[in-house]
Amino acid sequence: MGDPGIRVEGISKVFGKTPAKALELVRSGMGKAELLEKTGHALGLHDINLTIGAGEIFVIMGLSGSGKSTLIRHFNRLIEPTAGRILVDGEDILRLDEPGLRNFRRRKIAMVFQRFGLLPHRNVLDNVMYGLLIDGVTRRKAEERAREQLALVGLAGFETRFPAQLSGGMQQRVGLARALATDAGILLMDEAFSALDPLIRHDMQLQLKALQAKLQKTIIFITHDLDEALLLGDHIAILKDGTVRQAGTGAEILTRPADDYVARFVHDVNRARILTCGQITDRAIRVDTPGSVDARAPIETAFAAFAQGEQAIAVVNGNGQPIGAITWQRVMQALAGR
Amino acid sequence: MTSGFPTLWDSRSFGQALDAAFNALVAAWGETLEWFFMPVLRLLRLMEQGLQTLPWWVVLAGLAGLTFWASRNWGTTALVGVLTVALGLLGIWNEAMATIALMVVATLLSIAIGVPTGILMSRSDRLRTVAMPVLDIMQTMPIFVYLIPFVMLFGPGKIPALLATIVFAVPPAVRLTDLGIRQVDAEILEASRAFGASPRQQLFSVQLPLALPSVMAGVNQTTMMALSMVVIASMIGAGGLGYQVLQGIQRLEVSRGLMAGLGIVFLAVIFDRIAQALGRRMQTSLHQEG
Ligand SMILES: Nc1ncnc2c1ncn2[C@@H]1O[C@H](COP(=O)(O)OP(=O)(O)OP(=O)(O)O)[C@@H](O)[C@H]1O
Ligand SMILES: [Mg+2]
Repeated sequence: MGDPGIRVEGISKVFGKTPAKALELVRSGMGKAELLEKTGHALGLHDINLTIGAGEIFVIMGLSGSGKSTLIRHFNRLIEPTAGRILVDGEDILRLDEPGLRNFRRRKIAMVFQRFGLLPHRNVLDNVMYGLLIDGVTRRKAEERAREQLALVGLAGFETRFPAQLSGGMQQRVGLARALATDAGILLMDEAFSALDPLIRHDMQLQLKALQAKLQKTIIFITHDLDEALLLGDHIAILKDGTVRQAGTGAEILTRPADDYVARFVHDVNRARILTCGQITDRAIRVDTPGSVDARAPIETAFAAFAQGEQAIAVVNGNGQPIGAITWQRVMQALAGR
Repeated sequence: MTSGFPTLWDSRSFGQALDAAFNALVAAWGETLEWFFMPVLRLLRLMEQGLQTLPWWVVLAGLAGLTFWASRNWGTTALVGVLTVALGLLGIWNEAMATIALMVVATLLSIAIGVPTGILMSRSDRLRTVAMPVLDIMQTMPIFVYLIPFVMLFGPGKIPALLATIVFAVPPAVRLTDLGIRQVDAEILEASRAFGASPRQQLFSVQLPLALPSVMAGVNQTTMMALSMVVIASMIGAGGLGYQVLQGIQRLEVSRGLMAGLGIVFLAVIFDRIAQALGRRMQTSLHQEG
């Protein structure tokens, strides 16, 4: 076993008849549009490099057609790359043979789908047991495990319903329970919440965060929604036309966008709700006025105090110890995106 | 001949060569093939004799019971019962039983050949490209054309009739199995792959269950195709209702032809209702709503 976590090294994917040749052209400088026009090959991904830490939620974000689904399907090899390596805990998964790959999919990595991907002819319990039964686990054990997962996602009592009888949010919780049931360390979620209504969607995001605090999986989460990315992601990668434009924490991307595209992308986001007080704290200042804000709280929690006319507000860490202060000026700079 | 179409190749000697080749094939393989199909012939005879020696009310109860089990509908069951009784009233009971035996065996064999072929076809675009025109030919070639080689190989009788029927009845089963599997929701299949299902597990847990409505539609069509063949098949010795129609033509007896013809229609309705009910039943047991 090498380093825990996932490393993506130089992954490229070209769709078409002779992808290797087409990739040569891309490497010598041909763009996506030109490649499609001249050779009929679609450039899905180009030279993707990512490091994903064990136990974190890593969000891949981008607009439609940017290559998100293509990329996430490389982690369990539903799509094979044209070039590059993917190391999972130090092991190159592209070297796995058929049985090795099946075992990897059965035990190490699970997936949640945008349109749920449930079996319409099987009831909720059977759907959740699916991965376990595929792996040859006895029915009795699989059932026990499936019931636990259903309870975990709040669907105890729905075991004998069929997917068509459930709302979208409930179906996706079945999808999540199915993915959790195999006890895989890695969870792939391709726009898992995009098909849900905004309210239910927000519930699911919070539920995922709560579950993750308990389970500590490595989660790769795809979304085209920046708010969702910022809420969930420990790290975020922004994808455009099959290349990574920037990867980093939400705060890094908001405060130091790598290029114009990223800057425009993050322009409209509600920074007051995303950035935390800790991220804009000036550690050189100590204030002794009463009242303070938690370093992990969003900036907007300090607004009320500023409205009272304070010039600076103390920031305290999790233990209540002061670590510095935030000022008017800092808040304004952060909101202005600088 | 005045059309003046140039003779670009010698079609007549090609035909002769083909005939010679086939004759040689018959001489070399005829007996082996006959031996090979012996079990099928036995099964067919056994079934025919069984149906003919059973008391009529046992057959009636069997058909009605099967219909009710599959449809859970008294109306359909009554219809099948009445039509079965009508076969007896028309005085064509034994012939109808012979036809039922031929049809059931032909349909079962067509399904046994057609569904697996459809599965293979759904997995290979290349096989599909080759098979599609072949299926078209099988269905559009006048049936009499394949009666010739089958009769040459086996002599007139039930086996060539059965084989010709199968050639005609197999295509819908193949086509609709292939279509049904190809139409399975890609995301569901992807989910199955993502959880590490082997191709076999994918087939039995996702592809076949979701393709079932289409497969059953194919099976239903196969049944009807088989039934539409009975008159022609009787010309080479299949017996049954078709033979009565044939005799009606030869002896110019309108009544004989009419009664046998009605019998064929009744059988068609009986089989259609049973096949449809079976299809719906398999579907609902897969897509239960509550
Ligand atoms: N099988 C394929 N054959 C050819 N081109 C493909 C194929 N799959 C994806 N592509 C192309 O690769 C690019 C990325 O597609 P992908 O589905 O990964 O985008 P996405 O970011 O998931 O978009 P969306 O938000 O719409 O789901 C697109 O330009 C698409 O046309
Ligand atoms: Mg996508």
